[in-house]
Amino acid sequence: MSYEMIGIFVLWIFLYGYLIVASIDFGAGFFAFYARITRQDHVINQLISRYLSPVWEVTNVFFVFFFVGIVGFFPETAYYYGTALLVPGSIAIILLAIRGSFYAFENYGSKQSTVYMFLYGATGLLIPASLSVALTLSEGGFIVEENGVVSLQYLELFTSPLSWSIVALSIVSVLFISATFLTFYASRAKDYPALKLVRKFALFWSTPAIIAALTAFIFLSQHNRGHYESMLDLWWMLGLSVGFFMTTAWLLYQGKYYGMAFISVMLQYVFAFFGYGIGHYPYLLDPFITVYDSATHESMGIALVTAFIGGLLLLIPSLILLMKLFLFDADYVKGKK
Amino acid sequence: MELDTVLMSRLLTAMTLGFHIIFATLGVGVPLMISIAELIGIKKNDPHYRLLARRWTRGFVITVAVGVVTGTAIGLQLSLVWPNFMQVAGNVISLPLFMEVFAFFFEAIFLGIYLYTWDRFNNQYIHWVFSLPIIIGGGFSAVFITTVNAFMNTPDGFTTENGTFAAVNPIAAMLNPATPTKVFHVLTSAYLTCAAILAAITAFMILKKKTTDYHKKALKLTLTLTFIFAVLTAIAGDSSAKFLAVHQPEKLAAAEWHFETEEGADLLLFGWLNDAHEAVGEIRIPNFLSFLAYGDFNAEVTGLEETPEDKWPPLWVHYMFDLMVTIGFLLPGVALLYFILSKLKKRNEHNKGMLSLIVLSGPLAMLAIEFGWIYAEEGRQPWIIRGYMTVEEAATSSPYIGLMFVLFLALYIVLGTLCVVTLRKLFRDNPAEEELEKHYPSFEKDDES
Ligand code: HDD
Ligand code: HEM
Ligand code: HEM
Repeated sequence: MSYEMIGIFVLWIFLYGYLIVASIDFGAGFFAFYARITRQDHVINQLISRYLSPVWEVTNVFFVFFFVGIVGFFPETAYYYGTALLVPGSIAIILLAIRGSFYAFENYGSKQSTVYMFLYGATGLLIPASLSVALTLSEGGFIVEENGVVSLQYLELFTSPLSWSIVALSIVSVLFISATFLTFYASRAKDYPALKLVRKFALFWSTPAIIAALTAFIFLSQHNRGHYESMLDLWWMLGLSVGFFMTTAWLLYQGKYYGMAFISVMLQYVFAFFGYGIGHYPYLLDPFITVYDSATHESMGIALVTAFIGGLLLLIPSLILLMKLFLFDADYVKGKK
Repeated sequence: MELDTVLMSRLLTAMTLGFHIIFATLGVGVPLMISIAELIGIKKNDPHYRLLARRWTRGFVITVAVGVVTGTAIGLQLSLVWPNFMQVAGNVISLPLFMEVFAFFFEAIFLGIYLYTWDRFNNQYIHWVFSLPIIIGGGFSAVFITTVNAFMNTPDGFTTENGTFAAVNPIAAMLNPATPTKVFHVLTSAYLTCAAILAAITAFMILKKKTTDYHKKALKLTLTLTFIFAVLTAIAGDSSAKFLAVHQPEKLAAAEWHFETEEGADLLLFGWLNDAHEAVGEIRIPNFLSFLAYGDFNAEVTGLEETPEDKWPPLWVHYMFDLMVTIGFLLPGVALLYFILSKLKKRNEHNKGMLSLIVLSGPLAMLAIEFGWIYAEEGRQPWIIRGYMTVEEAATSSPYIGLMFVLFLALYIVLGTLCVVTLRKLFRDNPAEEELEKHYPSFEKDDES
């Protein structure tokens, strides 16, 4: 495999990783807020904060990894996306900043505040919405380059059904993934009242999740025919994704094997996300940049891949330790430690 | 119009970095202080020191959160605000940026572990060991990002072909001539600043309340560390000046208003410039600039006359440099005074004047960091990559940059205020004395003096 391919492959995996861990985090923020205003917070908020407290910073690093990596492997993306995304990107940064710091102020400081909770819940939905703009832009048609000046066509972006369907998809996916994970976590903690509530959330959001996915797919077919057709060539991946969706919904409904349900939802998104990504190949930004013409020098590419392998050797044992101590330590999960 | 976007881009970057650097410095230095306190606590079996480590950690997580979010902001802004710079420089310097992410990752994971495992292990050394990856992670973030900044000052590790960078050697780019002194100075000054700030907080507590053993031990420890790192910082600063004299003479010359190349150059402190570019009202230390630059009182120091005037850095960086150096001498002075007083039997080292000086040295240290960076960054002007790309060429063309500046300004005001409010509340609601009883009930009560 060429270093460009390794690069984009690794980055896509990390973006997928971010999709999962960030969805859990964002959705949990929303559910915590929702529980607060419906006076159910005593049921689930303890559970949510026990999981989130040790890991929120790690979630953020997944995102940093992705954007540093993409500019590293494909410096050209900085030029196009950087210029075009100044406004949506800045908004996303501000939301992320509010979210991260207010989380710390609320949790580590001694104050419990509904305003903080509200910001924490609301940003959980707005951040995926603003980040998803980058995916919409990559489909092409929203960025123009005239006389060497790159600009974003705001009107087209805001009136495009594709862009809104992607926003909707990102929000409901966040809620669905998060609720499914929390169901699994609650069942591990043997916290039955919480389990009952979060399972309800998970079942509730499953149908919108699949509808939003299909809607986005239909709008994509109108907006970018080429991408749509290459995704159809990968019909088996999309089929598997739908299959895993049904498995998840069934397991949740059965009320057994919540661990399997969460794995199944992860697989559902693996196939959808990679089907989408491979279909997008070779474009990083349709039609301006492809994986090949925007790649960095070979020596840098190799250095980055080497650093990546070294980094993984350092991180994987550390992550395993983290998970052992917090996620899979039954006593910790149950709140005894 | 064109220039306006550039100006706003500069202001936005300066503001974000100026804000991030406060929290980044704490992120680099405080873990070392925590770790030292915990180690002493375990070794001496003294709950005071362990409580110190615990309380510092509690404050630290709040500043880390702000550090992480502002760091994420600057990381993204590099591409959003300087797209042309990242497109070109990304080819050469993405390796350290990439490795920095791994350093964060490492730090983040172990910070999570450290925070939530205070009483989980029977062997207390296990918990202490978890502080090491945090120090290493924070330290390496600083090292990697500083190599990027060093590259901007003395670019290396590539050849140019038709205006683009070719034949890139990422390792050589990282290990460019500016790297060693810069890394050394950035690390030592971060440790110095954190020690000074923690000493200032302790002195403040003593001033406000009674003097307890807990606070006295904390003050002695932090001032010892302040002194050690202040000496190291001065050594590092001196080597930075020696580096500049050889590799970036116009930056040193601008800081010293040294216009003509000459032997036995004088060191100027403060003063101002008249219309004929002559210093007025300055303090002049004969031959000391030659000594600072080459370690030899008669060495020849390159003056600004050898740089075309349109490539001169702004001359006001002189004040930034002087303020930094002045603070650099004040800080060890204050610490030294404290130890002299404590050796003199008749004197009380915890008198009001002494404590006020210590309180003052915390903010001063942080100011020195800001002055130092402004000097380093402004002294590189007009270049963003010295000799290859100017700041003007690098900026975004987007017209919305002014609006973004306002948004971020509001964000930082809110974050800064809430951070201070939260920290104050956190420590006011949990006085050290109460906490000592809660965590270490068997320990005999503080004898008060
Ligand atoms: C507590 C903070 C602090 C203190 C007391 C000092 N410095 Fe400093 N200085 C920094 C914090 C700093 C810094 C923030 O770390 C800088 C900014 C950029 C850099 O590389 O380090 C810096 C830059 C910097 C530079 C420019 C390096 C470059 O641009 O490559 C020089 C020549 C010095 N310093 C010299 C000194 C001297 C001679 C000091 C006398 C004791 C001194 N500094 C004290
Ligand atoms: C490592 C820590 C750094 C700090 C604390 C820092 C600090 C600063 C400060 C205070 C300014 C304001 C100068 C002014 O008033 O114009 C500035 C400007 C700037 N810095 Fe740095 N800098 C750092 C590293 C970097 C790095 C690594 C980059 C890019 C990769 C960078 C890019 C810039 C740019 C583009 C400007 C605007 C140009 C200018 O106005 O000087 N800086 N920085
Ligand atoms: C252009 C300059 C800089 C950039 C692009 C940058 C980037 C970042 C990013 C992306 C983060 C968040 C990482 C996360 O998600 O955990 C961060 C945090 C951090 N940065 Fe910066 N940074 C810059 C300057 C500096 C400097 C000068 C230092 C040290 C001297 C530093 C040290 C740190 C540390 C230690 C953290 C971890 C958070 C904390 O402990 O407070 N950074 N930075």
